[in-house]
Amino acid sequence: MTISRQAFLRLSGFSFVVAVARKAIGAGARARWGMAVDAAKCLKRENCTKCIAACHQEHNVPSIPDRAHEVRWLWKEPFDHALAGQVDEYSALRAVPAMLLCNHCENPPCVRVCPTQATWKREDGIVAMDWHRCIGCRYCMAACPYGSRSFNFMDPRPYIHNANAQFPTRTKGVVEKCTFCSERLAVGRPPACVEACPEKALTFGNLNDPQSPLRQLLQARQHMRRRPELGTGPDVFYIA
Amino acid sequence: MRDRGAIYCGLAVFLALATFPAWHNLEAGVTAKGPAIKLPVRAKQCVAPAEYMRTAHMNLLMGWRETVVRTGTRGFTSVDGKPYNMSLTPTCLQQCHGSKADFCDKCHTYAAVSPPCWNCHVDTPPALRSAL
Repeated sequence: MTISRQAFLRLSGFSFVVAVARKAIGAGARARWGMAVDAAKCLKRENCTKCIAACHQEHNVPSIPDRAHEVRWLWKEPFDHALAGQVDEYSALRAVPAMLLCNHCENPPCVRVCPTQATWKREDGIVAMDWHRCIGCRYCMAACPYGSRSFNFMDPRPYIHNANAQFPTRTKGVVEKCTFCSERLAVGRPPACVEACPEKALTFGNLNDPQSPLRQLLQARQHMRRRPELGTGPDVFYIA
Repeated sequence: MRDRGAIYCGLAVFLALATFPAWHNLEAGVTAKGPAIKLPVRAKQCVAPAEYMRTAHMNLLMGWRETVVRTGTRGFTSVDGKPYNMSLTPTCLQQCHGSKADFCDKCHTYAAVSPPCWNCHVDTPPALRSAL
């Protein structure tokens, strides 16, 4: 088969235009999941840990009393620790607990260092984990500046009471963290913590959609991200 | 032939040792038939033909694992056109096979393989095990 130079150039040009158009359409339609934590609403109920309990129950996160072996997907820390440098000593938020989780960064350092690609950035922005592939080297834990990852130093099974059979547990020697409830998103449900919050302090949504409640909220209220100077681009926002 | 006793004793010990696997299996009731697994009561057809599942279920499950974890696709259509959710405990165990002890473990023990699936994936609650 022979092809003239003109036909070849026309075909190449057409393919290029189609490829660019497909990429542009795909990027627009794709979701990028994010979350906003409204500290004022969260504060309405002191010592409320319903989000943490719901998450840890849903995902079979062990409750290990020894802090050295602690495994957590969701936890609380005072604002001046969590958002150091952004909350000064006169701020009302200084000592109040902030709800912390994996930030599902735009540019996740944990993904860059993982030698087995057991953790990677999905197209919808979620920093996912493949526990089958994790070799337990803990590079990701060293790389994460937010302490979002936990290591199973021992078999977590004895510390999981009333296991949820719909979700696997983890095993000894595996790193784990928040997955933004990707298994719930797949069936159109919001994350467990968002659903469990009695004050609706957590807003989950699509950062790519200007009409989403999350984007509306971020547009209307002043917000902070954890350690923005590192350039990781967290997708979890704290509303002051 | 003063060593007759020793020779016969040696022969007897040798024969006993050489035939040990045979009579040990006879004693333990091991047959070439393999273990008796508990088949699902309600479900009549697996996601793929039984012959394929018998030899290649591990490949199918590995494929499921890659598809669900890596691409986020969860739907699977079986050979007879039924839709399934690709999930070990919620689909295989909770919909059909009931208990891993009566199904998976029987063959795995017989074949002396220990797949690490169950280090993380959870067995069904006891109530459901007997119901299926």
